[in-house]
Amino acid sequence: MRQSLIVVRALVRRALNEISRVPGAAIPGVLAPTIFMLGLSSVFGKASGLGGYGADFRTFIVPVGLLQGAGFTGAATGVNLARDIEQGWFDRLLLCPAPRTTLLTGVVASAGLRALLPSTFLLIVAFSIGVDVPTITGLLIAAVLVMGLACAMACFSVTLALRFRTQQAAPLMQIASFVGVLFTTSYAPKPLLTDWLRTVSDINPVTHVLEGVRQAFIGGVAWEHTWPAFLSLAGMITVLGWFAARGLRRYGV
Amino acid sequence: MGGPSFTARVVWALARRSIRGSLRRPQFLAPLVIFPSMFLAVNVGGLTRTTSLPGFPAVDGFLDFQLAAAITQSLLIGGVATGIATALEIEGGFFDRLVASPIPRTALVLGRLIATAVTSAGQITYFLIIGLIFGASVKGGIAGVAVVYLIGIIAGVGFGAIGQAIALRAKSASTVQGIFPLVLVVLFASSAFFPRELLSSPVDVVAKYNPLSYISDGMRNPIIDGVGSTSVLEGVASALLVVAAAGGVAVLALRGRLRDA
Repeated sequence: MRQSLIVVRALVRRALNEISRVPGAAIPGVLAPTIFMLGLSSVFGKASGLGGYGADFRTFIVPVGLLQGAGFTGAATGVNLARDIEQGWFDRLLLCPAPRTTLLTGVVASAGLRALLPSTFLLIVAFSIGVDVPTITGLLIAAVLVMGLACAMACFSVTLALRFRTQQAAPLMQIASFVGVLFTTSYAPKPLLTDWLRTVSDINPVTHVLEGVRQAFIGGVAWEHTWPAFLSLAGMITVLGWFAARGLRRYGV
Repeated sequence: MGGPSFTARVVWALARRSIRGSLRRPQFLAPLVIFPSMFLAVNVGGLTRTTSLPGFPAVDGFLDFQLAAAITQSLLIGGVATGIATALEIEGGFFDRLVASPIPRTALVLGRLIATAVTSAGQITYFLIIGLIFGASVKGGIAGVAVVYLIGIIAGVGFGAIGQAIALRAKSASTVQGIFPLVLVVLFASSAFFPRELLSSPVDVVAKYNPLSYISDGMRNPIIDGVGSTSVLEGVASALLVVAAAGGVAVLALRGRLRDA
Protein backbone atom coordinates (compact mmCIF):
# COMPACT_ATOMS: atom_id res chain seq x y z
CA MET A 1 0.00 0.00 0.00
CA ARG A 2 2.78 2.41 0.97
CA GLN A 3 4.69 1.55 -2.21
CA SER A 4 1.56 2.21 -4.27
CA LEU A 5 1.15 5.61 -2.66
CA ILE A 6 4.75 6.47 -3.53
CA VAL A 7 4.10 5.55 -7.19
CA VAL A 8 0.85 7.53 -7.28
CA ARG A 9 2.56 10.55 -5.73
CA ALA A 10 5.41 10.35 -8.25
CA LEU A 11 3.00 10.24 -11.19
CA VAL A 12 1.00 13.16 -9.79
CA ARG A 13 4.19 15.18 -9.30
CA ARG A 14 5.29 14.43 -12.86
CA ALA A 15 1.94 15.69 -14.19
CA LEU A 16 2.15 18.83 -12.05
CA ASN A 17 5.75 19.44 -13.18
CA GLU A 18 4.49 19.68 -16.75
CA ILE A 19 2.59 22.84 -15.84
CA SER A 20 5.72 24.66 -14.69
CA ARG A 21 8.00 23.20 -17.38
CA VAL A 22 5.67 23.67 -20.36
CA PRO A 23 3.40 26.54 -19.27
CA GLY A 24 2.54 27.31 -22.91
CA ALA A 25 0.71 24.01 -23.19
CA ALA A 26 -1.28 24.61 -20.01
CA ILE A 27 -2.30 28.22 -20.67
CA PRO A 28 -5.09 27.55 -23.22
CA GLY A 29 -6.72 25.03 -20.85
CA VAL A 30 -6.55 27.51 -18.00
CA LEU A 31 -7.81 30.48 -20.00
CA ALA A 32 -10.54 28.82 -22.07
CA PRO A 33 -13.12 28.24 -19.26
CA THR A 34 -12.72 31.82 -18.03
CA ILE A 35 -13.04 33.20 -21.56
CA PHE A 36 -16.11 31.04 -21.99
CA MET A 37 -17.62 32.32 -18.75
CA LEU A 38 -16.91 35.97 -19.56
CA GLY A 39 -18.03 35.59 -23.18
CA LEU A 40 -21.26 33.76 -22.45
CA SER A 41 -22.24 36.14 -19.66
CA SER A 42 -21.54 39.18 -21.86
CA VAL A 43 -23.39 37.80 -24.86
CA PHE A 44 -26.33 36.01 -23.28
CA GLY A 45 -26.53 38.08 -20.07
CA LYS A 46 -30.02 39.40 -20.82
CA ALA A 47 -31.36 35.82 -20.90
CA SER A 48 -31.82 35.96 -17.13
CA GLY A 49 -34.62 38.44 -17.87
CA LEU A 50 -36.72 35.40 -18.79
CA GLY A 51 -36.96 34.57 -15.07
CA GLY A 52 -36.25 31.38 -13.16
CA TYR A 53 -32.49 31.80 -13.05
CA GLY A 54 -32.36 32.78 -9.37
CA ALA A 55 -29.44 35.14 -10.04
CA ASP A 56 -27.86 37.12 -12.84
CA PHE A 57 -26.65 35.11 -15.84
CA ARG A 58 -22.99 35.65 -14.93
CA THR A 59 -23.42 33.94 -11.56
CA PHE A 60 -25.53 31.23 -13.19
CA ILE A 61 -22.78 30.43 -15.69
CA VAL A 62 -19.79 30.37 -13.27
CA PRO A 63 -20.37 26.69 -12.28
CA VAL A 64 -20.45 25.80 -15.99
CA GLY A 65 -17.00 27.37 -16.39
CA LEU A 66 -15.74 25.40 -13.39
CA LEU A 67 -16.95 22.11 -14.86
CA GLN A 68 -15.57 23.01 -18.28
CA GLY A 69 -12.18 23.50 -16.65
CA ALA A 70 -12.53 20.05 -15.11
CA GLY A 71 -13.57 18.58 -18.47
CA PHE A 72 -10.69 20.16 -20.37
CA THR A 73 -8.24 18.96 -17.71
CA GLY A 74 -9.59 15.42 -17.90
CA ALA A 75 -9.30 15.47 -21.69
CA ALA A 76 -5.75 16.87 -21.46
CA THR A 77 -4.80 13.93 -19.21
CA GLY A 78 -5.78 11.53 -21.97
CA VAL A 79 -3.93 13.56 -24.60
CA ASN A 80 -0.80 13.57 -22.43
CA LEU A 81 -1.06 9.81 -21.96
CA ALA A 82 -1.42 9.35 -25.73
CA ARG A 83 1.73 11.44 -26.18
CA ASP A 84 3.55 9.27 -23.61
CA ILE A 85 2.42 6.18 -25.52
CA GLU A 86 3.59 7.63 -28.85
CA GLN A 87 6.98 8.52 -27.41
CA GLY A 88 7.46 5.15 -25.73
CA TRP A 89 7.56 6.54 -22.20
CA PHE A 90 4.41 4.70 -21.17
CA ASP A 91 5.86 1.33 -22.23
CA ARG A 92 8.84 2.02 -19.99
CA LEU A 93 6.45 2.95 -17.17
CA LEU A 94 4.68 -0.39 -17.52
CA LEU A 95 7.97 -2.14 -16.74
CA CYS A 96 7.75 -0.67 -13.24
CA PRO A 97 6.77 -3.41 -10.74
CA ALA A 98 3.62 -1.66 -9.61
CA PRO A 99 0.05 -2.85 -10.16
CA ARG A 100 -1.51 -1.30 -13.25
CA THR A 101 -4.41 0.06 -11.20
CA THR A 102 -1.85 2.02 -9.19
CA LEU A 103 -0.49 3.56 -12.38
CA LEU A 104 -4.04 4.41 -13.46
CA THR A 105 -4.76 5.96 -10.07
CA GLY A 106 -1.68 8.16 -10.39
CA VAL A 107 -2.61 9.38 -13.86
CA VAL A 108 -6.24 10.05 -12.90
CA ALA A 109 -5.45 11.66 -9.54
CA SER A 110 -3.18 14.15 -11.30
CA ALA A 111 -6.22 15.33 -13.29
CA GLY A 112 -8.10 16.01 -10.07
CA LEU A 113 -5.33 18.24 -8.76
CA ARG A 114 -4.66 19.98 -12.07
CA ALA A 115 -8.35 20.89 -12.35
CA LEU A 116 -7.88 23.26 -9.44
CA LEU A 117 -5.73 25.54 -11.60
CA PRO A 118 -8.36 26.67 -14.16
CA SER A 119 -10.97 26.69 -11.37
CA THR A 120 -8.92 28.99 -9.16
CA PHE A 121 -8.18 31.34 -12.05
CA LEU A 122 -11.84 31.43 -13.06
CA LEU A 123 -13.02 32.10 -9.50
CA ILE A 124 -10.52 34.93 -9.03
CA VAL A 125 -11.79 36.57 -12.23
CA ALA A 126 -15.44 35.90 -11.32
CA PHE A 127 -15.12 37.35 -7.81
CA SER A 128 -13.25 40.37 -9.14
CA ILE A 129 -16.12 41.20 -11.50
CA GLY A 130 -18.77 41.00 -8.81
CA VAL A 131 -19.87 37.37 -8.42
CA ASP A 132 -20.71 36.80 -4.75
CA VAL A 133 -18.22 34.70 -2.79
CA PRO A 134 -19.96 31.48 -1.63
CA THR A 135 -19.76 29.98 1.84
CA ILE A 136 -16.74 27.83 2.74
CA THR A 137 -18.96 24.73 2.74
CA GLY A 138 -20.30 25.55 -0.71
CA LEU A 139 -16.83 26.24 -2.02
CA LEU A 140 -15.46 22.98 -0.60
CA ILE A 141 -18.32 20.96 -2.11
CA ALA A 142 -17.74 22.69 -5.45
CA ALA A 143 -13.98 21.98 -5.29
CA VAL A 144 -14.50 18.28 -4.53
CA LEU A 145 -17.08 17.94 -7.33
CA VAL A 146 -14.81 19.73 -9.82
CA MET A 147 -11.88 17.49 -8.90
CA GLY A 148 -14.09 14.43 -9.09
CA LEU A 149 -15.44 15.34 -12.51
CA ALA A 150 -11.89 15.90 -13.78
CA CYS A 151 -11.04 12.38 -12.57
CA ALA A 152 -14.13 10.92 -14.28
CA MET A 153 -13.30 12.69 -17.56
CA ALA A 154 -9.68 11.60 -17.20
CA CYS A 155 -10.85 7.96 -16.91
CA PHE A 156 -12.81 8.38 -20.13
CA SER A 157 -9.98 10.04 -22.06
CA VAL A 158 -7.44 7.51 -20.71
CA THR A 159 -9.68 4.75 -22.09
CA LEU A 160 -9.60 6.43 -25.51
CA ALA A 161 -5.84 7.05 -25.29
CA LEU A 162 -5.21 3.37 -24.52
CA ARG A 163 -7.53 2.35 -27.34
CA PHE A 164 -6.25 4.65 -30.11
CA ARG A 165 -2.67 5.25 -28.82
CA THR A 166 -2.37 8.55 -30.69
CA GLN A 167 -2.82 12.21 -29.87
CA GLN A 168 -5.05 12.44 -32.94
CA ALA A 169 -7.83 11.12 -30.72
CA ALA A 170 -7.72 14.43 -28.80
CA PRO A 171 -10.86 15.90 -30.45
CA LEU A 172 -12.85 12.82 -29.36
CA MET A 173 -11.75 13.35 -25.76
CA GLN A 174 -12.53 17.08 -25.86
CA ILE A 175 -15.92 16.59 -27.49
CA ALA A 176 -16.97 14.18 -24.75
CA SER A 177 -16.20 16.72 -22.04
CA PHE A 178 -17.88 19.47 -24.09
CA VAL A 179 -21.06 17.43 -24.53
CA GLY A 180 -21.03 16.16 -20.96
CA VAL A 181 -20.90 19.64 -19.44
CA LEU A 182 -23.00 21.67 -21.87
CA PHE A 183 -25.86 19.25 -22.56
CA THR A 184 -27.20 19.93 -19.08
CA THR A 185 -28.93 22.87 -17.42
CA SER A 186 -25.80 24.84 -18.31
CA TYR A 187 -27.50 27.78 -20.06
CA ALA A 188 -30.92 27.84 -18.49
CA PRO A 189 -33.00 26.29 -15.72
CA LYS A 190 -34.82 23.12 -16.71
CA PRO A 191 -38.26 24.71 -17.38
CA LEU A 192 -36.71 26.99 -20.01
CA LEU A 193 -34.94 24.24 -21.96
CA THR A 194 -36.38 22.82 -25.16
CA ASP A 195 -37.97 19.38 -24.75
CA TRP A 196 -35.09 17.43 -26.29
CA LEU A 197 -32.42 19.16 -24.21
CA ARG A 198 -34.52 18.72 -21.05
CA THR A 199 -34.68 14.99 -21.76
CA VAL A 200 -30.93 14.81 -22.42
CA SER A 201 -30.16 16.78 -19.26
CA ASP A 202 -32.40 14.43 -17.23
CA ILE A 203 -30.35 11.46 -18.44
CA ASN A 204 -26.96 13.20 -18.26
CA PRO A 205 -25.38 12.55 -14.83
CA VAL A 206 -23.27 15.72 -15.15
CA THR A 207 -26.50 17.72 -14.66
CA HIS A 208 -26.57 16.64 -11.00
CA VAL A 209 -22.89 17.53 -10.59
CA LEU A 210 -23.55 20.94 -12.12
CA GLU A 211 -26.48 21.57 -9.78
CA GLY A 212 -24.30 20.45 -6.89
CA VAL A 213 -21.68 23.05 -7.79
CA ARG A 214 -24.29 25.70 -8.62
CA GLN A 215 -25.91 25.51 -5.17
CA ALA A 216 -22.76 27.13 -3.79
CA PHE A 217 -23.48 30.22 -5.89
CA ILE A 218 -27.27 30.26 -6.10
CA GLY A 219 -29.72 29.36 -3.37
CA GLY A 220 -27.33 27.93 -0.79
CA VAL A 221 -26.12 24.44 0.05
CA ALA A 222 -28.91 21.90 0.46
CA TRP A 223 -28.78 18.15 0.99
CA GLU A 224 -31.25 17.59 -1.89
CA HIS A 225 -28.69 18.99 -4.36
CA THR A 226 -25.61 17.55 -2.65
CA TRP A 227 -26.31 13.82 -2.51
CA PRO A 228 -27.42 13.43 -6.16
CA ALA A 229 -24.24 15.24 -7.22
CA PHE A 230 -21.93 12.95 -5.27
CA LEU A 231 -23.91 9.84 -6.20
CA SER A 232 -23.75 10.72 -9.92
CA LEU A 233 -20.05 11.46 -9.65
CA ALA A 234 -19.37 8.18 -7.85
CA GLY A 235 -21.30 6.34 -10.55
CA MET A 236 -19.36 8.03 -13.36
CA ILE A 237 -15.98 7.37 -11.73
CA THR A 238 -16.90 3.72 -11.09
CA VAL A 239 -18.12 3.02 -14.63
CA LEU A 240 -15.53 5.09 -16.51
CA GLY A 241 -12.77 3.92 -14.14
CA TRP A 242 -13.71 0.31 -14.85
CA PHE A 243 -13.37 0.93 -18.60
CA ALA A 244 -10.00 2.65 -18.09
CA ALA A 245 -8.74 -0.20 -15.86
CA ARG A 246 -9.88 -2.77 -18.43
CA GLY A 247 -8.10 -0.84 -21.19
CA LEU A 248 -4.94 -0.75 -19.12
CA ARG A 249 -5.13 -4.48 -18.30
CA ARG A 250 -5.46 -5.28 -22.00
CA TYR A 251 -2.72 -2.85 -23.06
CA GLY A 252 0.30 -4.63 -24.46
CA VAL A 253 -1.11 -8.09 -23.73
CA MET B 1 8.63 30.22 -66.91
CA GLY B 2 6.41 32.92 -65.43
CA GLY B 3 3.26 34.55 -66.68
CA PRO B 4 -0.24 34.52 -65.24
CA SER B 5 -1.16 31.10 -66.63
CA PHE B 6 1.89 29.48 -65.04
CA THR B 7 1.10 31.16 -61.71
CA ALA B 8 -2.52 30.02 -61.96
CA ARG B 9 -1.41 26.43 -62.66
CA VAL B 10 0.93 26.44 -59.66
CA VAL B 11 -1.73 27.97 -57.39
CA TRP B 12 -4.27 25.38 -58.49
CA ALA B 13 -1.78 22.52 -58.05
CA LEU B 14 -0.99 23.66 -54.50
CA ALA B 15 -4.69 24.18 -53.77
CA ARG B 16 -5.50 20.67 -54.99
CA ARG B 17 -2.71 19.26 -52.86
CA SER B 18 -4.10 21.06 -49.79
CA ILE B 19 -7.66 19.86 -50.44
CA ARG B 20 -6.50 16.28 -50.98
CA GLY B 21 -4.44 16.47 -47.80
CA SER B 22 -7.49 17.61 -45.82
CA LEU B 23 -9.67 14.86 -47.26
CA ARG B 24 -7.05 12.26 -46.37
CA ARG B 25 -7.00 13.44 -42.76
CA PRO B 26 -10.66 13.87 -41.77
CA GLN B 27 -9.55 14.27 -38.13
CA PHE B 28 -8.45 17.78 -39.14
CA LEU B 29 -11.72 18.55 -40.93
CA ALA B 30 -14.07 17.16 -38.26
CA PRO B 31 -13.43 19.87 -35.63
CA LEU B 32 -14.46 22.51 -38.20
CA VAL B 33 -18.04 21.32 -38.01
CA ILE B 34 -18.33 19.25 -34.83
CA PHE B 35 -17.65 21.97 -32.25
CA PRO B 36 -19.84 24.61 -33.94
CA SER B 37 -22.59 21.99 -34.37
CA MET B 38 -22.47 21.14 -30.66
CA PHE B 39 -22.48 24.81 -29.76
CA LEU B 40 -25.37 25.41 -32.12
CA ALA B 41 -27.37 22.59 -30.53
CA VAL B 42 -26.71 23.80 -26.98
CA ASN B 43 -27.46 27.44 -27.81
CA VAL B 44 -30.71 26.58 -29.51
CA GLY B 45 -31.74 24.03 -26.90
CA GLY B 46 -30.91 26.23 -23.93
CA LEU B 47 -31.72 29.72 -25.09
CA THR B 48 -34.58 29.27 -27.55
CA ARG B 49 -36.94 31.29 -25.29
CA THR B 50 -34.74 34.38 -25.61
CA THR B 51 -36.47 35.21 -28.89
CA SER B 52 -39.29 36.57 -26.71
CA LEU B 53 -37.00 39.12 -25.02
CA PRO B 54 -37.84 42.75 -25.83
CA GLY B 55 -35.53 43.99 -28.59
CA PHE B 56 -35.01 40.59 -30.20
CA PRO B 57 -35.67 40.78 -33.95
CA ALA B 58 -38.63 38.92 -35.38
CA VAL B 59 -37.49 35.40 -36.28
CA ASP B 60 -39.21 32.11 -37.03
CA GLY B 61 -36.97 30.38 -34.48
CA PHE B 62 -33.71 30.71 -32.57
CA LEU B 63 -32.11 28.17 -34.93
CA ASP B 64 -32.62 30.58 -37.85
CA PHE B 65 -30.86 33.27 -35.84
CA GLN B 66 -27.99 31.02 -34.72
CA LEU B 67 -27.14 29.51 -38.13
CA ALA B 68 -24.96 32.46 -39.15
CA ALA B 69 -23.18 32.28 -35.77
CA ALA B 70 -22.38 28.60 -36.31
CA ILE B 71 -21.09 29.31 -39.83
CA THR B 72 -18.91 32.18 -38.58
CA GLN B 73 -17.52 30.04 -35.76
CA SER B 74 -16.81 27.19 -38.14
CA LEU B 75 -15.03 29.50 -40.59
CA LEU B 76 -12.89 30.92 -37.78
CA ILE B 77 -11.86 27.42 -36.71
CA GLY B 78 -11.15 26.78 -40.40
CA GLY B 79 -8.73 29.73 -40.27
CA VAL B 80 -6.91 28.10 -37.36
CA ALA B 81 -6.83 24.80 -39.29
CA THR B 82 -5.30 26.58 -42.30
CA GLY B 83 -2.63 28.02 -40.01
CA ILE B 84 -1.92 24.61 -38.48
CA ALA B 85 -1.62 23.02 -41.92
CA THR B 86 0.82 25.73 -43.03
CA ALA B 87 2.85 25.37 -39.82
CA LEU B 88 3.01 21.59 -40.29
CA GLU B 89 4.38 22.13 -43.81
CA ILE B 90 7.04 24.44 -42.35
CA GLU B 91 7.88 21.99 -39.55
CA GLY B 92 8.04 19.09 -42.00
CA GLY B 93 10.35 20.93 -44.42
CA PHE B 94 7.90 20.89 -47.34
CA PHE B 95 7.58 24.66 -47.28
CA ASP B 96 11.36 25.11 -47.65
CA ARG B 97 11.36 22.72 -50.62
CA LEU B 98 8.64 24.85 -52.23
CA VAL B 99 10.69 27.98 -51.59
CA ALA B 100 13.68 26.35 -53.31
CA SER B 101 11.59 25.48 -56.37
CA PRO B 102 11.15 27.93 -59.29
CA ILE B 103 7.56 28.95 -58.57
CA PRO B 104 6.04 32.36 -57.84
CA ARG B 105 6.22 33.18 -54.13
CA THR B 106 2.62 34.42 -54.01
CA ALA B 107 1.49 30.94 -55.05
CA LEU B 108 2.70 29.65 -51.67
CA VAL B 109 0.05 31.76 -49.95
CA LEU B 110 -2.63 31.73 -52.65
CA GLY B 111 -2.68 27.94 -53.12
CA ARG B 112 -3.60 27.31 -49.49
CA LEU B 113 -6.15 30.17 -49.54
CA ILE B 114 -7.93 28.75 -52.60
CA ALA B 115 -8.18 25.45 -50.74
CA THR B 116 -9.57 27.36 -47.74
CA ALA B 117 -12.23 28.90 -50.01
CA VAL B 118 -13.31 25.43 -51.16
CA THR B 119 -13.38 24.16 -47.58
CA SER B 120 -15.40 27.24 -46.54
CA ALA B 121 -17.99 26.48 -49.21
CA GLY B 122 -18.23 22.94 -47.81
CA GLN B 123 -18.67 24.24 -44.25
CA ILE B 124 -21.44 26.65 -45.33
CA THR B 125 -23.20 23.87 -47.22
CA TYR B 126 -23.05 21.61 -44.16
CA PHE B 127 -24.65 24.19 -41.87
CA LEU B 128 -27.32 25.20 -44.35
CA ILE B 129 -28.30 21.56 -44.73
CA ILE B 130 -28.27 21.03 -40.96
CA GLY B 131 -30.44 24.13 -40.57
CA LEU B 132 -32.93 23.00 -43.19
CA ILE B 133 -33.14 19.49 -41.67
CA PHE B 134 -33.97 20.91 -38.24
CA GLY B 135 -36.58 23.37 -39.44
CA ALA B 136 -34.77 26.58 -40.36
CA SER B 137 -35.46 28.36 -43.62
CA VAL B 138 -33.69 30.98 -45.70
CA LYS B 139 -36.13 33.85 -46.13
CA GLY B 140 -34.05 35.36 -48.93
CA GLY B 141 -34.46 32.24 -51.09
CA ILE B 142 -31.83 31.39 -53.70
CA ALA B 143 -30.46 34.95 -53.67
CA GLY B 144 -30.17 34.75 -49.88
CA VAL B 145 -28.26 31.47 -50.08
CA ALA B 146 -25.92 33.03 -52.66
CA VAL B 147 -25.26 35.96 -50.33
CA VAL B 148 -24.46 33.58 -47.45
CA TYR B 149 -21.95 31.77 -49.68
CA LEU B 150 -20.46 35.03 -50.99
CA ILE B 151 -19.84 36.59 -47.58
CA GLY B 152 -18.89 33.26 -45.98
CA ILE B 153 -16.31 32.29 -48.58
CA ILE B 154 -14.67 35.73 -48.58
CA ALA B 155 -14.57 35.74 -44.78
CA GLY B 156 -13.25 32.15 -44.72
CA VAL B 157 -10.37 33.17 -46.99
CA GLY B 158 -9.68 36.15 -44.70
CA PHE B 159 -9.60 33.94 -41.59
CA GLY B 160 -7.34 31.51 -43.47
CA ALA B 161 -4.97 34.37 -44.28
CA ILE B 162 -4.84 35.26 -40.56
CA GLY B 163 -3.96 31.64 -39.76
CA GLN B 164 -1.28 31.63 -42.44
CA ALA B 165 0.25 34.89 -41.22
CA ILE B 166 0.49 33.50 -37.68
CA ALA B 167 1.94 30.20 -38.95
CA LEU B 168 4.56 31.98 -41.08
CA ARG B 169 5.64 34.03 -38.08
CA ALA B 170 5.41 31.31 -35.41
CA LYS B 171 6.55 28.33 -37.58
CA SER B 172 4.99 26.01 -35.00
CA ALA B 173 1.67 24.15 -35.19
CA SER B 174 1.26 24.10 -31.41
CA THR B 175 1.63 27.90 -31.28
CA VAL B 176 -1.07 28.30 -33.93
CA GLN B 177 -3.25 25.85 -31.99
CA GLY B 178 -2.72 28.06 -28.94
CA ILE B 179 -4.59 30.98 -30.53
CA PHE B 180 -7.87 29.06 -30.26
CA PRO B 181 -8.92 30.83 -27.03
CA LEU B 182 -8.33 34.12 -28.84
CA VAL B 183 -10.73 33.01 -31.55
CA LEU B 184 -13.38 32.55 -28.87
CA VAL B 185 -12.67 36.02 -27.48
CA VAL B 186 -13.05 37.70 -30.88
CA LEU B 187 -16.23 35.75 -31.56
CA PHE B 188 -17.81 36.54 -28.19
CA ALA B 189 -16.97 40.22 -28.68
CA SER B 190 -19.30 40.39 -31.67
CA SER B 191 -23.00 40.16 -32.38
CA ALA B 192 -22.58 36.72 -33.93
CA PHE B 193 -24.56 34.92 -31.21
CA PHE B 194 -27.03 37.54 -30.00
CA PRO B 195 -28.55 40.81 -31.26
CA ARG B 196 -26.25 43.77 -30.66
CA GLU B 197 -29.01 45.62 -28.81
CA LEU B 198 -29.15 42.84 -26.20
CA LEU B 199 -25.42 42.47 -25.56
CA SER B 200 -24.06 43.54 -22.18
CA SER B 201 -21.59 46.40 -21.80
CA PRO B 202 -18.75 46.66 -22.85
CA VAL B 203 -19.22 43.90 -25.45
CA ASP B 204 -22.01 45.88 -27.14
CA VAL B 205 -19.53 48.72 -27.81
CA VAL B 206 -16.73 46.38 -28.98
CA ALA B 207 -19.17 44.51 -31.20
CA LYS B 208 -19.97 47.74 -33.01
CA TYR B 209 -16.36 47.91 -34.29
CA ASN B 210 -15.80 44.17 -34.73
CA PRO B 211 -15.93 43.11 -38.41
CA LEU B 212 -17.24 39.71 -37.29
CA SER B 213 -20.48 41.40 -36.25
CA TYR B 214 -21.06 42.65 -39.79
CA ILE B 215 -19.93 39.38 -41.37
CA SER B 216 -22.33 37.32 -39.26
CA ASP B 217 -25.16 39.86 -39.58
CA GLY B 218 -24.55 39.95 -43.34
CA MET B 219 -25.07 36.18 -43.49
CA ARG B 220 -27.91 36.23 -40.95
CA ASN B 221 -30.19 38.80 -42.56
CA PRO B 222 -30.78 36.78 -45.75
CA ILE B 223 -31.73 33.84 -43.49
CA ILE B 224 -34.09 35.56 -41.04
CA ASP B 225 -35.38 38.47 -43.11
CA GLY B 226 -34.39 38.60 -46.77
CA VAL B 227 -31.69 40.12 -48.93
CA GLY B 228 -31.24 43.77 -47.99
CA SER B 229 -28.65 45.98 -49.59
CA THR B 230 -27.26 47.52 -46.37
CA SER B 231 -26.52 44.28 -44.51
CA VAL B 232 -25.12 42.62 -47.65
CA LEU B 233 -22.84 45.55 -48.42
CA GLU B 234 -21.66 45.77 -44.81
CA GLY B 235 -21.05 42.03 -44.72
CA VAL B 236 -19.14 41.92 -48.00
CA ALA B 237 -17.14 45.05 -47.14
CA SER B 238 -16.18 43.68 -43.71
CA ALA B 239 -15.17 40.32 -45.18
CA LEU B 240 -13.09 42.06 -47.86
CA LEU B 241 -11.51 44.21 -45.16
CA VAL B 242 -10.44 41.07 -43.28
CA VAL B 243 -9.04 39.56 -46.51
CA ALA B 244 -7.10 42.73 -47.37
CA ALA B 245 -5.68 43.25 -43.89
CA ALA B 246 -4.89 39.60 -43.19
CA GLY B 247 -3.62 39.00 -46.73
CA GLY B 248 -1.26 41.96 -46.38
CA VAL B 249 0.05 40.68 -43.06
CA ALA B 250 0.43 37.17 -44.54
CA VAL B 251 2.47 38.52 -47.49
CA LEU B 252 4.68 40.48 -45.08
CA ALA B 253 5.12 37.37 -42.94
CA LEU B 254 5.99 35.39 -46.09
CA ARG B 255 8.67 37.92 -47.00
CA GLY B 256 10.11 37.64 -43.49
CA ARG B 257 10.06 33.86 -43.77
CA LEU B 258 11.80 33.99 -47.16
CA ARG B 259 14.48 36.27 -45.71
CA ASP B 260 15.04 33.75 -42.92
CA ALA B 261 15.20 30.92 -45.46
